[in-house]
Order: sequence, then structure tokens, then C-alpha cells
Amino acid sequence: MKYKDYYAVMGVDRKASAEEIKQAYRRLARKYHPDVSKEPGAEEKFKEVGEAYETLKDPEKRAAYDRLGSHRPGQEFRPPPDWEKQFGDGGFSFEDLDLGDLFSHFSGGRSRAGTGGGKIRVPGEDYEVTAHISLEDAYRGTEVDLELEVPEYDEQGFPRRVRRAFKARIPKGATDGQRLRLPGKGGKGLNGGRDGDLYLNIALHPHRLFRASGHDLYLDLPLAPWEAVLGASVQVPTLAGSVRLKVPPGTRAGQQLRLAGRGLPKPQGGEGDLFAIVQIAVPTAASERERALFKELTEVSAFNPRGHFGEEAAK
Amino acid sequence: MKIEEGTWLYGHYEFSLAELCELSGLSEAELRELVDHGVLAPVDPAARAWTFSADRLVLARSARRLRRDFDLDLHGVALAVTLLERVRDLEAELRDLRAKLPRRQL
Repeated sequence: MKYKDYYAVMGVDRKASAEEIKQAYRRLARKYHPDVSKEPGAEEKFKEVGEAYETLKDPEKRAAYDRLGSHRPGQEFRPPPDWEKQFGDGGFSFEDLDLGDLFSHFSGGRSRAGTGGGKIRVPGEDYEVTAHISLEDAYRGTEVDLELEVPEYDEQGFPRRVRRAFKARIPKGATDGQRLRLPGKGGKGLNGGRDGDLYLNIALHPHRLFRASGHDLYLDLPLAPWEAVLGASVQVPTLAGSVRLKVPPGTRAGQQLRLAGRGLPKPQGGEGDLFAIVQIAVPTAASERERALFKELTEVSAFNPRGHFGEEAAK
Repeated sequence: MKIEEGTWLYGHYEFSLAELCELSGLSEAELRELVDHGVLAPVDPAARAWTFSADRLVLARSARRLRRDFDLDLHGVALAVTLLERVRDLEAELRDLRAKLPRRQL
């Protein structure tokens, strides 16, 4: 069994009072709770804090934990010989036991969770995992490899950490922040309790060209000034290959040209749209001839792009 | 290897009140109270048997976790979840605005 230093996790002294431990928990929960926190690795950190608090807040569990002695975190250790006699009720194999599982099923030698007494049905724990996928994968649907470490119980109700690997299909229709529920793929239920679920939180990798908002996609469409003025037919990339887009004459910068149904597919059918946002690009290195033509344009054109400034600009 | 299939928690799918209870870990009384607080709305509040759009499960699970992990009463949960929803709405709006913002400066 690997040692975990619950006091260090909570940032409190080994002699801390129950009140101090509670305060430390509240402070850390506000900082790392996955529903509240944006800190990287918050979920992992909160799990550690929650596990530490579950043990330290209970005077009996805390006493049993203290009797394990102090070791380096991660160090393999065995409880002192009399520990099991005093706190356990025999049968624990400390080899592949997780310290958190030990204490979550700890009953001070009276009866094990789930075995003695009324055999309460305990539903398995839900798990949440983030799956990072590309926009192309979201468009076509994909499969991801997942690996979870979940507690399982033997016939006597003893917990044991089991590494479970499986493949999950992410059907097309994914978008950033969307959740996929995999029923029964979480922790195992106890005494006929239902198995927990696994929730896949979809996160899209940023794409070189497209930006997603829900199922709609946005693409910058640079046009040359003359294309914007005269109109053009341009080749535009989509996730299903490139298409030809007609740019009407007199197209302005910032205008959105909609390519209906070229966005991401939606779970219930149908697709989002692709919006090409017009930008007017200017050649940085203009040739003599180009410069001459633009000069001619200045002389010929009566166009005033700043007409709306009105008199304020003339002062 | 067998490939596991899942379902999207998307507005299009619906859960019954009993399903939402089971999947979120909240009791029916707690869910009804969250509906009373205006935090969680059934698809049709006038219906005899309430159903909820599947994405409400995300909110119900947050409510359950916040109640458990912060020791909140349901009033506190309602407040926290309302604020969380606002944050999520604002994040969605921010994502939308960022998507519409040109990336390349020309």
C-alpha cells in the first residue's frame, strides 16, 4: 500500500484541531472544486483533498490513520502488526489496496461497509473525463481510448483498485463543452446498487482555420480590395472539402457570408452553418504598375469612407 | 475490443424525473425544490409527469456535488447553481464572440 500524507494535502499540522481541518477543507474546496475552479488539474487536486478530509474529519478514522505512522508520500508501507487487529477486521490484502479505499470502507473493526448489517445498496461512483478531439473528429465522429482506475469489490466487500481500459465511440455531433454519458462505465455498484456512469467532457483542439461556436463554424475570408468591390467566385475550405463561394459585388469587411449546413452536425440531425467573415487584405509589396493603378483610382474615385465622421473631423 | 456507445447530454433528449433523480443522486424532493426555486425547469411545467431536457443533468449533478462538498442547504445550492449557470452562459457568449473575431490581422 502506498502512503498518502493527508495532513500535507490539507496543508495543516498533524496536531490541527477539527475546526482547523474543516476550515482548511473549505478553503481548498473553494479553490479546487471542479464546478467552481478554473485551475489546471483542479479535479485531481480536489479528489485528493476530499479523500484526505473524509478521513481526517472523522475522529475514529483520523486516529487509525495517525497510527499508520508518518511515511514519505508514495512510499510502500504496511500498517503496524497490531493495526489490523485494532482497526481492521481481517481479510484486507494491503498489497493492491488504495489508502483512500481503505478509509472509505473503514468501520473501526465493527463491520465492513456493505457486508455487515442491512446490505445497503450503494451506487457506483460517477467519473468525469475530458476527451480532447480535433474538429475533424467532431465532424466525422471518432473513437477514443480511455483508461480509468476504479475501485471494485470482492465477495466480502473488500475494495481493490482495478485499471480498466476501453474504447468509446464519440458519435458525430460533438461540440466544445458537450457531454457524452457512457452508462455503467463508472465505478461498480455495491450490493446490487447500479454501476456509476462515465461522463466524457468534449474539448475541441483549436483548429488552424475554423473556430467553433456551438455547431456553427467561423472562417476568416481574406479578399483583395478589387474582389470585394467587383465580386468574385472564390474557393473556400470546409470540413467536407472545399466549395466555391460567390462573393457579391460591394462586399464589406466584417460581413459574414453564410454557407448553410457546412458547420458541425447536430446530435438530433441537421447541421450548423459555416460563416465566412470577410477581411480586406492589402498587398504589402505593390508593384509599380499596381501603385500607378491605385493612384489613378484616387484621382477618379469620389468615395469617402469617413463621410460619417461629419463636421467633427473637419475641425 | 468492444466499443462503448454513449448518449449526448443534449437538449434534444429528455429524462423523466425519476431518471434525473437516479443519475444526479438528488432526491425527488430536492429536485422538486430546485424547480420551485426556479433553478431547474421541466420541459412542460404543466405536464402531469415532468420531463427534463438531457443537458439539465449537468446542472443537477453540479447541484448534488455542491451540496455534498460544501455542506450547503438547498437555498445555498440554488444560489450557487444560478451563478454557475450565468458563468456558463457568459463563457458560451465569450466563445461565440471569440469565434466571430478575426484571427489574422491583415
